[in-house]
Amino acid sequence: MLYFSKLRILSITLFSLLFILITSSNLFKIDDSFFDKKINLGLDLQGGSYLLLEIDNTPVIEQKLQNLSTTIKNYFKDKDIRIKNIKIEDQKIFFNVDDQSKKLIVETFADEDSEINPYYPRFKSHQLFLEDTGLNFKVSFSKQGLITLKTSSQDQAIEIVRRRIDEVGTNEPNILKRGNNRILVELPGLDDPMRVKSLLGKTANLTFRFVTNNENDNFGVEKLKFEDGIEEATVSKRIIISGDNLLDAQPQMDTQNNQTIVSFSLDRVGAKRFGRATSTGIGKQLAIVLDGKIISAPVIRDTIASGSGQISGGFTFQSATDLALLLRSGALPAPLNIIEERTVGPDLGQDSINAGMIALAIGFLLVILFMFVKYKIFGLITNITLIINLFILLGILTLFEATLTLPGIAGIILTVGMAVDANVLIFERIKEELKDEKNNIIAFDSGYIKSRTAIIDANITTLLAAVILFFMGSGPVKGFSVTLGVGIFTTLFSVYFIARLFTSIYVSRNRDKEKLI
Amino acid sequence: MIAFNKYYNHFNIVSILLITISLIFLIFKGLNFGIDFKGGTLIELRSTDTKINVTTLRDKFSQMNLGDISVKKFGNDTDYLIKFENKDNKKDIIKEIKIDLDKSFGNNFNFRRVENVGPKVSAELLKSGVIAISLSLAIMLFYIWIRFEWQFSFGAILALFHDVIVTLGVFSLFSLEINLSIIAAVLTIVGYSMNDTVVIFDRVRENLRKYSDIKIYELTNISINETLSRTIITSATTLLALLAIYFFGGEILKGFSLAMILGVVFGTYSSIYIANTVLVRLRVSQKTVLREDDNN
Repeated sequence: MLYFSKLRILSITLFSLLFILITSSNLFKIDDSFFDKKINLGLDLQGGSYLLLEIDNTPVIEQKLQNLSTTIKNYFKDKDIRIKNIKIEDQKIFFNVDDQSKKLIVETFADEDSEINPYYPRFKSHQLFLEDTGLNFKVSFSKQGLITLKTSSQDQAIEIVRRRIDEVGTNEPNILKRGNNRILVELPGLDDPMRVKSLLGKTANLTFRFVTNNENDNFGVEKLKFEDGIEEATVSKRIIISGDNLLDAQPQMDTQNNQTIVSFSLDRVGAKRFGRATSTGIGKQLAIVLDGKIISAPVIRDTIASGSGQISGGFTFQSATDLALLLRSGALPAPLNIIEERTVGPDLGQDSINAGMIALAIGFLLVILFMFVKYKIFGLITNITLIINLFILLGILTLFEATLTLPGIAGIILTVGMAVDANVLIFERIKEELKDEKNNIIAFDSGYIKSRTAIIDANITTLLAAVILFFMGSGPVKGFSVTLGVGIFTTLFSVYFIARLFTSIYVSRNRDKEKLI
Repeated sequence: MIAFNKYYNHFNIVSILLITISLIFLIFKGLNFGIDFKGGTLIELRSTDTKINVTTLRDKFSQMNLGDISVKKFGNDTDYLIKFENKDNKKDIIKEIKIDLDKSFGNNFNFRRVENVGPKVSAELLKSGVIAISLSLAIMLFYIWIRFEWQFSFGAILALFHDVIVTLGVFSLFSLEINLSIIAAVLTIVGYSMNDTVVIFDRVRENLRKYSDIKIYELTNISINETLSRTIITSATTLLALLAIYFFGGEILKGFSLAMILGVVFGTYSSIYIANTVLVRLRVSQKTVLREDDNN
């Protein structure tokens, strides 16, 4: 165990030097793509926001069912089957048919190549689930149908979220899918987390609709509140143009009355419709509705054929900017709820870094001092190993551009405390061996060999704990498991290669000395 | 040589008492869950105005209708930690609080940290925390079972249970907050305590093979003594590192490092007085390990 070939010594030295170099690249600016890697600081250290958003798919499901019920009605109408008493309740479509048609309905839904109930050829499962309750039929989304629906609304939502965040212009946002109805957003170094939160919290569903007093409007009407939450107006459900028709939106200053407005331009279809509506509806009020609330309802004075217009509604410059941003980036398919938020200000992050570094320095010094007092020359060997170990650990974190969090720093400090364990096990074993064995070299050799199983078992248990933490933990805690886990490998390496190298050099030079350890 | 075995019976009673008391606290007093597991909102504030004190701030916050609320000093004299239920999960609550505070105290507050955990997420976090701890115990049990005989595995797992339950018991007794980092600490304790136990067990097994005529009662004592200086040194260096985190690592790591410190102390104790006594009570003998060798 004590013999090292020249080649081995060289490669251990080079390896250690390499990691010392990589680690120091965190401190200096080096113009080389390989050495230009840096440890990422977690949000808790550099400041920033972690947001977990959940998509509320209920409106999407209801909308889809609404469309489906029309499709079902028309589809069977063509086959001369009359669908009766169709209604939607509790995310299910209910309907009746004559008794003689029942069989055909069931067959149509169960058909593998069904037009009305697709997905079977692709997923080996239909989109819809049909149930005959005896009284009526009940249609709901199957498991696969719901998954597909959720995935597609998640895909759309993540795109919109990305656009909105890009427009705010934060550096290196991290936007990821979680499950099939969640989106994780990590925003490092954010100035104004409240603004991003309110931007992401809005669906930004914009519609232009006529204000009407006619309760019997063909499309139905609904009562909507104004933004102030007090006034109300009855608005037709007929949508003249929606946010989809917008090409651009910008905040502007209206020079006439010094108001902030949002000006917009429409695509061709939108411009045409807007032109027609404004020509036939002169004198009427046009409500501009955002997420179920009326922003304003100006009276149409002229035909607007240019395909551009403006929205006023008592905006501040900030709120006009935000509305324009929301309109440019498009509406979310479904509302998003922020179900988890963790925001750390930059000054707290810096305080945490400082505290972590002070704790690391003090912990390190205490351990080094203790080891030196206890083991003298072998304490020194352990300490040098410990320093190199720290460099290798930080070097690996740098190399993989791992994220360092505050618990991660704690993990490093803990590694320092526990790293000496392996060396202590070895040295204590050697001491025992020396009681019976007078030959230093043999005693050291068997000390290393006999302590090996205990060291490996002991380290595997800690590693297992770290692995479980890595898979179960989130955010900062994950950072802890990374440093703890990587620390075990670097510790074993430094104990068995570096410390053993120093030990072997020292022992072979003092092979006849008594009371070596 | 220290006669640890003389006190096996005494400390078994102590251990049983510790576990029982801890369980009583855990069942009747329960744990003080933080927002990670209970849901709610946490704000860390720093005021630039030294005239503001915790009482005035508490009064102000209790007027805001935020439900169950706690306002405490946090480390520095100018730092405060505010926690509340946020039952309705209001979206702009932080904005409203900021406006309200600015109105009453002037623009003197810096929102250093905001955490908001919805009820769904907190339930999930609690579930995954419980799963993580149970899973780690199960995996340790399994690992030791593979590496040693079942008697060893049983002893080790009993020691682990003791460490986890008593550490949580102390947290219950002093109403210390349980959050995500405490779960991390508990898992690390599981790893550490196991580490400690394994080193002694490894020596017990080795000695069992070496001496056929020494009874397990004596043998465990010999093994504990042989590994004692290692136990002390490793515990000492780990504790030194943890104390450095506790005193200098900032407020956020206080709970974590405290849990770890307790865990290291209990873990060291249980390796000696629980894991080994189980071997004695299960009458482990040379046959136990020789049979294992045959199997291999």
